[in-house]
Amino acid sequence: MKRLFLAFAFLTGGPAWGSEPATLTVLTYGSFASEWGPGAAIAKAFETDCACALAWVTVDDAGAMLARLKMEGASSEIDVVLGLDTSLMAEARATGLFAPHDLTLPPLTLPIAWDDATFVPFDFGYFAVIYDAEALATPPTSLRDLVEGNPDQKIVIQDPRTSTPGLGLLLWVRSVYGAGAAEAWRRLRGRVLTVTQGWSEAYGLFLAGEAPMVLSYTTSPAYHRIIEGTDRYRTAPFAEGHYLQVEIAGMLASSDVPELAAAFLAFVPSTAFQQTIPTGNWMYPVIDLGPALPPDFAALPTPAAALLHAPDEVAANREAWIAEWLAAMSE
Amino acid sequence: MSRLPPLVPGFVAAGLVVGIIGASLGALFVVGSGADGSILGDPYVRRIVVFTLWQAGLSAVLAVGLAIPVARALARRRFPGRTALLHLFGLPLVLPVIVAVFGIVLVFGGHGWINQALDRLSLGPLGSLYGLQGILLAHVFFNLPLAVRALLLALATVPGESWRLAAQLGMAPAQVFRFVEWPVLRQALPGIATLVFFLCFTSFAAVLTLGGGPAATVLEVAIYQALRLDFDLGRAGSLAIAQLAICGLVAAGLLGLGRSVAVTPELGRATARPDVRRGVGALGDGLAIAIAAALVALPLAALVARGLTGPLSTVLRDPAIWSAAGRSLAVGVSAAALALAVACGLAVATRELRLTYRVRHLATAPDMVAALPLATSVLALGAGLFALLHRVVAVFDVALILVAGINALFVLPYAMRLIAPRMLHVAEAYGPLCASLGISGWNRLRLVEWPSLRAPVGLALALGAALAAGDLGAVALFGTQDTATLPLLLYQRMASYRMEEAAVIALLLMAIAGALFIVLERGIGGREHP
Amino acid sequence: MSTLDLQAVGFRYEDMTMTFTLRVPAGGITALIGPSGAGKTTLLNLIAGFERPVSGRVLIDGVDMAGRAPADRPVTMLFQEHNLFPHLTAADNVGLGIHPGLRLAAPERARVDEALDEIGLAGLGRRLPGQLSGGERQRVALARSLVRRRPILLLDEPFAALGPGLRRDMLALVDRLRRAQGLTVLMVSHDPGDARRIAERTAFVHSGHILAEGPTADVLGPGATPEVADYLGEHV
Repeated sequence: MKRLFLAFAFLTGGPAWGSEPATLTVLTYGSFASEWGPGAAIAKAFETDCACALAWVTVDDAGAMLARLKMEGASSEIDVVLGLDTSLMAEARATGLFAPHDLTLPPLTLPIAWDDATFVPFDFGYFAVIYDAEALATPPTSLRDLVEGNPDQKIVIQDPRTSTPGLGLLLWVRSVYGAGAAEAWRRLRGRVLTVTQGWSEAYGLFLAGEAPMVLSYTTSPAYHRIIEGTDRYRTAPFAEGHYLQVEIAGMLASSDVPELAAAFLAFVPSTAFQQTIPTGNWMYPVIDLGPALPPDFAALPTPAAALLHAPDEVAANREAWIAEWLAAMSE
Repeated sequence: MSRLPPLVPGFVAAGLVVGIIGASLGALFVVGSGADGSILGDPYVRRIVVFTLWQAGLSAVLAVGLAIPVARALARRRFPGRTALLHLFGLPLVLPVIVAVFGIVLVFGGHGWINQALDRLSLGPLGSLYGLQGILLAHVFFNLPLAVRALLLALATVPGESWRLAAQLGMAPAQVFRFVEWPVLRQALPGIATLVFFLCFTSFAAVLTLGGGPAATVLEVAIYQALRLDFDLGRAGSLAIAQLAICGLVAAGLLGLGRSVAVTPELGRATARPDVRRGVGALGDGLAIAIAAALVALPLAALVARGLTGPLSTVLRDPAIWSAAGRSLAVGVSAAALALAVACGLAVATRELRLTYRVRHLATAPDMVAALPLATSVLALGAGLFALLHRVVAVFDVALILVAGINALFVLPYAMRLIAPRMLHVAEAYGPLCASLGISGWNRLRLVEWPSLRAPVGLALALGAALAAGDLGAVALFGTQDTATLPLLLYQRMASYRMEEAAVIALLLMAIAGALFIVLERGIGGREHP
Repeated sequence: MSTLDLQAVGFRYEDMTMTFTLRVPAGGITALIGPSGAGKTTLLNLIAGFERPVSGRVLIDGVDMAGRAPADRPVTMLFQEHNLFPHLTAADNVGLGIHPGLRLAAPERARVDEALDEIGLAGLGRRLPGQLSGGERQRVALARSLVRRRPILLLDEPFAALGPGLRRDMLALVDRLRRAQGLTVLMVSHDPGDARRIAERTAFVHSGHILAEGPTADVLGPGATPEVADYLGEHV
């Protein structure tokens, strides 16, 4: 009888007498909320403090998140968005859907200063060329080396039109070569085995031995060391520095639980949240975890420089740069 | 008791299909910036349209062209493993594209099985997989089995007397082809070529992964770009409509090539074929079957091998995997059943238009409607549906229903292709008899239609269920953690470095698809193997 | 003129074992009658080479047919239906009897026309089978058997679907052609009347065996065996 009543209450939209905890709905990308991603641990940690429920809503990537927000506008049931990044930041801000976080952030380990009033960084990483030490004895030591090196040693990269790392490499080449980017791409072209839709396809091809190099993150070798116990896959440190990606979270102005949303953003740079990042999302945490940072992460080489275009510059030039890339790569 | 006019289910079915596609794409214009006429003059769009047409056309010609000798060989030869091979032929379409692409890479890639074997024999490596050749190989892998099975169904309609006549007249295999096989093949080819062309036209992940660079860009990439990067819904809608229009034109051209010949299906016992010769003919057939089997079976075998060496127990002990598998099955079976219902409505409409109303030109309309979803961008459709529905309902709460519904749309063309021709044959062969005996309604369905429709219905359900269970297109748009199906889990594992676990899930997915095939095709279709 | 000699020709179909022994003298018409499922069509298929015997021999003019493809046997067989390819014209369907790839020179084309003339379809050569009546379609098949010039003609009830008058005309046509060309005809029939009318001899087939064979008047006459009488529905 009780069960029947509960079922009825469920069907009619839940009990109306108010003991139901409020729900914070967070939009993110699929692998973040997956069972081995950091999502489950984060939800558990947050829920013990807030006496609320955290519900993950997932789509397949950051582009899809932003597309969904734009479509729903102010009618969205989403309270917090987690998983956009620096290259989409200007675009996201321009929607006018986000509310300022009003937080004083703790000291961050980001290689750049962060004073954004809307977005809170939750992790970061550097794009990097990862190579298979068994297939490649002398990896490139700089982007120039990659561009000008032996075209028989192939690399798999991602398409900037459909993938974050792909766009990252585009911006990386742009920040190193400037106006000479198109020429650099024309030279690099011979070394590119193929250009995939997303990171997974590229990394899969790399692990299958199709190419000795792949575009990924400086943190990738940490996965192989920690989970697989191998140092076969290594980062090739580039002399010019590496392009930075900062992943960000923000709250929507239309949230019906603004206090919870704000509490969640305050929770983002906490130890409880951040310690799930290294081996959950395989990125760097934004605060100093001290000994809680796995030693394999601490041992990763620090890039010579962190390269980053201003978000507004990316937003203004992305179309033209992609067109330039397309022309150079498909002549 | 008044009976439902026979065209009503067809109208309802067509209305559903056209309505959903039209409303979804229309919603993109309403929410977005209106239609974007500038795409017509955009050199980027024009360039990728040309490439899309080129690769889809080549792929269709290759897949269907190769399917002809393979289907002929399989139709006239009986050998151990033939049934297993035909079951295997159901698998390529069922795998998520990205998994299948990995199967191809494991065999034909730079470090694939073939190059390893060549290396051991001290022979030079194969040419690079990446480029147009890789795209074509993948598309042949996906579509050859489909085309072979459809052509086998067509060849089964040749009356036994024709084979005897050919034997008596001493026809050589080439003459048998010209006078006996080609006429029925020619009838089936335009429909199959249309399906294959559509599939290749909207193919996305395989084209990018194996294409070697952005010179290999298809229209679907531009739609993705418009939706996810430029957030320009009007442009996405315009591109999706351009895609539909181009596919529609090609389909109209192809379907116009079809010439209808009066043939009655021979459902009786198999007839010995005159062209089962030893020597060169057998060698040719053996070669055709071997090439097809290698193209299809080797990548599948590579995936199985990789799955078996993966962390089997970790993955299979995970309850989340099994609940996802359950969801995949539920999505698969309900999508297939839904598609079958819609296909039956459309197939009855085709039959009535042809036989009762005798309007031949209109009779191809249900075929076109059924093929429509394949030419529709799943990304654009999903975005449009979301735009339509998000105000009315919490879209992610009904995610699985949406996923099943979208999959039903994409399964529909196959169901239609399998069922409609047989239904027409039954009506031509037994319609007058039924009318004279007063057999109608339920009795006609039970006594007349079902015995000869059950084989294609079984195949349609099996293919449909497996196809929808392996879908990654719709589920990537609407699936969340609580509604994850196996392909989504697989993709998420890949996105988190866990390629070995993904390989095990792919194996599980293949096993489920195989089981669906055996259970549904045997259980419903009976023993008749087209 | 050819003789046809079946010596204990054995065949199994599902759980039925058949053994046929039969001698068909040259130049005549022999009718095969018997209940349906008795093996009449199988018998013709064995002679034409569509089925392979498991034992015994099929001899034509004393030559063993074992291992000979249907096309290499001096035999033409007409089926109940589907004797023509629906997408080829009547003339092309006849022409296939001369060259199975339809490579026909002018004199051969003329032979096709003659044959169509002969069976009363002059001028209809360009029609498709769908544009001909049932009787006309079987006439086209007969015309093809003429151009093939094979001495033995097997008829598996090709006229069964025609009306009685038309069927009689067709049988008369077959008889005329037989005399003109010196054919040996073996025809399956369901109608004892047909057998009595044109067949000098009749063989009675019953569950895979020839139970009686001889002049039609004897086999179907008052001295018929009980099985034949049973089949004819007449009680002795």
